[in-house]
Amino acid sequence: MGHFTVFVLACFVGYMVVWNVTPSLHTPLMSVTNAVSSIVIIGALLQISSPDDLNRYLAAFAILITSINIFGGFAVPSACWLCSVNKGEQ
Amino acid sequence: MSEGMITMAYVLATILFILTLGGLSHQETSRRGNYFGMTGMAIALLATIIGIVTDNYALMFGCILVGGAIGFTLAKKIEMTQMPELVAILHSLVGLAAVLVGFGTFLDHDTVFTGIELTIHNVEIYLGVLIGALTFSGSVVAYLKLSAKISGAPLMLPGRHFLNLILLLAAIGYLLAFLGAAEAGNGMQQLMIVTVIALLFGIHMVMAIGGADMPVVVSMLNSYSGWAAAATGFMLGNDLLIVVGALVGSSGAILSYIMCRAMNRKFLSVIAGGFGSTGGSGGSAQASGSEADVQPIDAESVANLLLAADKVMILPGYGMAVAQAQHSVFELSRKLRDQGVDVGFGIHPVAGRMPGHMNVLLAEARVPYDIVFEMDEINKDFPKVDVSIVIGANDIVNPAAQEVPDSPIAGMPVLEPWLGKTTIVLKRSMASGYAGVDNPLFYKENTRMLFGDAKGSIDEILKYL
Repeated sequence: MGHFTVFVLACFVGYMVVWNVTPSLHTPLMSVTNAVSSIVIIGALLQISSPDDLNRYLAAFAILITSINIFGGFAVPSACWLCSVNKGEQ
Repeated sequence: MSEGMITMAYVLATILFILTLGGLSHQETSRRGNYFGMTGMAIALLATIIGIVTDNYALMFGCILVGGAIGFTLAKKIEMTQMPELVAILHSLVGLAAVLVGFGTFLDHDTVFTGIELTIHNVEIYLGVLIGALTFSGSVVAYLKLSAKISGAPLMLPGRHFLNLILLLAAIGYLLAFLGAAEAGNGMQQLMIVTVIALLFGIHMVMAIGGADMPVVVSMLNSYSGWAAAATGFMLGNDLLIVVGALVGSSGAILSYIMCRAMNRKFLSVIAGGFGSTGGSGGSAQASGSEADVQPIDAESVANLLLAADKVMILPGYGMAVAQAQHSVFELSRKLRDQGVDVGFGIHPVAGRMPGHMNVLLAEARVPYDIVFEMDEINKDFPKVDVSIVIGANDIVNPAAQEVPDSPIAGMPVLEPWLGKTTIVLKRSMASGYAGVDNPLFYKENTRMLFGDAKGSIDEILKYL
């Protein structure tokens, strides 16, 4: 039950925080939430030490693909912002 | 590292992730937000690697390095115009990872559950795999559509609602079968079947949605990848995963809602598919004019109009992205502003192929964000506008949404450039936009058409400024 409580609270926090995001930042929002959702790598890391071969390789592959997402997901907004911190600049 | 320390690290990571999203409320704080996110991720990773992983370090690091290298190179090589498809394909990775972790957890016989706990655990695994697979296949199709590798037109199979219903019922049915089998120590077969069902459902669902509705689809898949992560958290009893998954899930859901509201359509009707291309009656019934009825103009005259204007509004659409005209557009805005003309950009919420698409393109072209406005902010200002320039946009400036009650886009909020003195529409030809709906804007008295490629036309105008 504790997990469910946490889940509901988190949804609520998410709701409040995301409504405040200005529309011009919606694309970085999608990119960042995508990068952050690669937190599933933790799930794979929990499996990587398994003695079972199949488990280990499933987990390894999962780690690989989520790593793509982590690095890619955070690097893209950086590229966005390199250009957009341009208030007043022409 | 003790349990307590790991928990502390997770709490810290969670706080940082929330601050990351919070930082996106303003341009100034958004950069900082990105760093918080990276730090949060790093802390969570370190805590898990040091505290929980006990074996196979080499394999783990190898995968992280390879994956990281691929991700990094992808991000550096990407063009801004490819953002939508990049985001789509990244979502698919999260979905796939959730499926893999789900299977891994199912095969893991370390922790043993019994009774009701076992049932709940299995339901969580089932949901994680289901949502993950759905996200994976749906995102791959979204990627293919956005990168134009397959057609943007919706695939409307006869009886598609029936097909969706069957798949849904099958998914529920197999849940029960799975639970039964899992209790007896099996269940792998059911799990694999449900994976296939979910994959098919994902493919079919996104195939049925038209190109113009893509902003909704991308945010929806964003949301699903979050729920998949949350499901993974439930099955592993990991609060960090649950919280982050819920944050991402609600973020995507809110974005989808905003997109749907901006098109004045219900979410379910978008998902059920069909709209967003020449869907049935939309095309032929509306054709009310032809090339002969519009008033063309040339670049030099446009330049003169612009120079004589006090207030100019630029309304970009997907066509600007396709023509890669954003840099020329920036040049235009800069030259006009140097001459003392008040220039603003009006962005419709669903302009482009994903939320905030136009903003990203303009940002890349170094347009200062304080002259980029959302539709709600500037729609009332159009009566004061001397010249509006519509670039590669169609449905979002279509008065039929307001004037024609049975139009496919009826009721959709649109930008209203015709209320200004003059509207210049940059278009390649008289072909209709994605909704297949004719646009009365082109035939209005105060509208002039500048035919040609968007970038070429603007470069022409620039010569005369």
